Amino acid sequence: MGQTIKIDDNLASSNRPLSMHPKKFALWLFMVTIVMIFGALTSAYIVRKADGNWLEFELPLVLWVNSIIILLSSATIQWAYFAAKKDELNQVKMAMTITFILGSLFVIGQYYAWSELVRMGVFFGGNTSNPSGSFVYVLTGLHALHLISGIIFILIILVASFRYKVHSKNLVKIEMCVSYWHFLDFLWIYLFGFLILYN
Amino acid sequence: MDLAHISTDSHINHSHDHDHDHEELSWIQKYIFSEDHKVIAKQYLFMGIMWAIFGGAMSLIFRLQLGFPNASMDWLQPLLGDWIKEGKLDPEFYLALVTMHGTIMVFFVLTAGLSGTFSNFLIPLQIGARDMASGFLNMLSFWFFGLSSIIMMVSIFLETGPASGGWVIYPPLSALPQAVTGSGLGMTLWLTSMAFFIVSSLLGGINYITTIINLRTKGMSFFRMPLTIWAFFITAVIGLLSFPVLFAAALLLIFDRSFGTSFFLSDIYIAGEALQHTGGSPVLFQHLFWFLGHPEVYIVLLPALGITSEIIATNSRKPIFGYKAMILSMLAIAFLSFIVWAHHMFVTGMNPFLGTIFMFLTLIIAVPSAVKAFNYITTLWRGNIIFTPAMLFSIGLVSFFISGGLTGIILGNAAADIQLHDTYFVVAHFHLVMGSASFFGMLAGVYHWFPKMFGRMLDDTLGYIHFWISFVGIYMVFFPLHYIGIAGFPRRYYSFTGFDFTRSFTDLNTFVSIAAIITFTAQFIFVFNFIYSIFKGRKANSNPWKSNTLEWTTPIHPGHGNWVGEIPTVYRWSYDYSKPGASEDFIPQNVPYAHTPESNLPNEVDPVAHKH
Repeated sequence: MGQTIKIDDNLASSNRPLSMHPKKFALWLFMVTIVMIFGALTSAYIVRKADGNWLEFELPLVLWVNSIIILLSSATIQWAYFAAKKDELNQVKMAMTITFILGSLFVIGQYYAWSELVRMGVFFGGNTSNPSGSFVYVLTGLHALHLISGIIFILIILVASFRYKVHSKNLVKIEMCVSYWHFLDFLWIYLFGFLILYN
Repeated sequence: MDLAHISTDSHINHSHDHDHDHEELSWIQKYIFSEDHKVIAKQYLFMGIMWAIFGGAMSLIFRLQLGFPNASMDWLQPLLGDWIKEGKLDPEFYLALVTMHGTIMVFFVLTAGLSGTFSNFLIPLQIGARDMASGFLNMLSFWFFGLSSIIMMVSIFLETGPASGGWVIYPPLSALPQAVTGSGLGMTLWLTSMAFFIVSSLLGGINYITTIINLRTKGMSFFRMPLTIWAFFITAVIGLLSFPVLFAAALLLIFDRSFGTSFFLSDIYIAGEALQHTGGSPVLFQHLFWFLGHPEVYIVLLPALGITSEIIATNSRKPIFGYKAMILSMLAIAFLSFIVWAHHMFVTGMNPFLGTIFMFLTLIIAVPSAVKAFNYITTLWRGNIIFTPAMLFSIGLVSFFISGGLTGIILGNAAADIQLHDTYFVVAHFHLVMGSASFFGMLAGVYHWFPKMFGRMLDDTLGYIHFWISFVGIYMVFFPLHYIGIAGFPRRYYSFTGFDFTRSFTDLNTFVSIAAIITFTAQFIFVFNFIYSIFKGRKANSNPWKSNTLEWTTPIHPGHGNWVGEIPTVYRWSYDYSKPGASEDFIPQNVPYAHTPESNLPNEVDPVAHKH
């Protein structure tokens, strides 16, 4: 085994290039845990649906609007990242602000979707509720909770960008934020597709 | 020690690097909210020992009930208060005791106490890192466990009692307060506590994995890592994948209990009246629970096996037999642990064909497990065995692993399981293979790494007495339970005198209870030894077991940062014991091949020699 590792003596052990930044790596592991939570919930959904006694209902149309909003926000945060790489600091601020607004709009839109569901008579709990409805609330609610954590992350980067701390020499934090946000976006598309497919 | 030097040399990009500078840390930063992995490990250890005493004492109370059903328990009244009614243990409190014993032992002692202690302590020391990837998250991880512990502790003192639906908290028992009083506030606190526990485990696990992958010292390739590190690594990966699923299950259960949803509840009538829940599936909960529950068994066991590998190789003065086979079997066990969960559910009315598949997958686990057992034995084979207390506990682990593992093969058969399911046979099986084996692994680890933790030695004689009473005692407790189980007596029952067919087991139960009391009492020999030796133990030298791994190259009392000056470079694997030609019977990992020409194999050349 020993021969396969190439050890460069010029590099002290202290600055050996890491395969990945530890914090970024930790973020990816965190995303794995989120995948497992939603994997468990959607599997439970499938298993429960197979048992029958399943309320069928139309998903609120506003979810389509929300999906477009969150896709747009992914584009704007990517724009912010590219701008940061090129040290276009004003663009970073603008793009992060737009992302922040779009993210907030998405959460508000999800809340609106919940009130739509209530209007349709699909409740989270109580006498008339059915697991099919409850699952939609749990999946969207838990996703929204994670999305709010993403918005807080964006806010932190936004504040940092106004203090000129986000630039091509200092990209780790914004890179982590961008990965997390894209991940939450992708997670939503997965959940939405799942709900459409298995409703 | 030279802290300033570390902050410049450290390759850990800590956000808190500034507090490495000259300023002295306050007492609270040093011992309470410490970010030093060694202090956090000790915090986990102390907490684990405390919980182990609690969990063990609980088992004694219900063993008293089972062994001496007619004896008066009035003398326990000052401790248990209203849980003793007219000299008898309250049956609902019996269920609460069983539940809390399980929860405490599985999660708080053998998950947090074992992984938390040894992953934290050994990962940076054995891979050559200054600390964990994030000391802050590590500190948070411990204190989430602290919060979780406090909440669980509070639930024990509720008037309605702690959770009592079994540690597996199956709904509807756990979901409806009408089922048992413990399913009220006690269960709410259980779920809250476990939610924090999961957060703690995940923060810990993320840190372990990140540290092992990113912060290994120069030369520490994956296949030079000690098996302890491999075990902790695989354990952390299993935890990372399975604990979120328990979180999902707990979340849905919380909604069912408090928000009126019906994920797990369906058409339940209580006193002739229908509850409002319709359309749920209690079996769904079992699927979700055991998707964590089965990997959890290996989260508990693998660190103990890793510790054992290290101790057996060191004290046999031989390289571990089948190093790569050990890694492969751990990987295989980890993989298989995720696809066998339904063997806990053979009697839930699942499709028999599905049962056959799960049975097949379950029995395959015997293969990597047997590989590991054989490798331990073949490592011992013709070794220059040194029977330190740690070594004895490791050999004890191998014994429990085999005797408890064999009954796993019996239980894994769906047909046999229909008779044995939820009987004392299952209790005997998992207490040996998972409970006692992991507990012995933990004790072995404490005996072995105590000198590194506290700079002093544990007393050997007390260690030997502790081992022999524990080893014999555990077999006396759990072996008879197999017979009771085969006879069909179900676990969690309050009284053996209630049925004709079980009355004949009363004397066997008395025997088991006496053995349990002796075994539990013997643990205080260890507690005394542990506390006494921290202050008054014989001073340790820097490498008391003549071991190869990197932690023994640190100062006797390593400071935060572990090594003074540069981190040692690793040139070889950690099992160069009794190498032919070598002057000593061990060659530490940081000794280059250039220094040992007399023992090098033809292919062993320092890569450094090819310097450009």
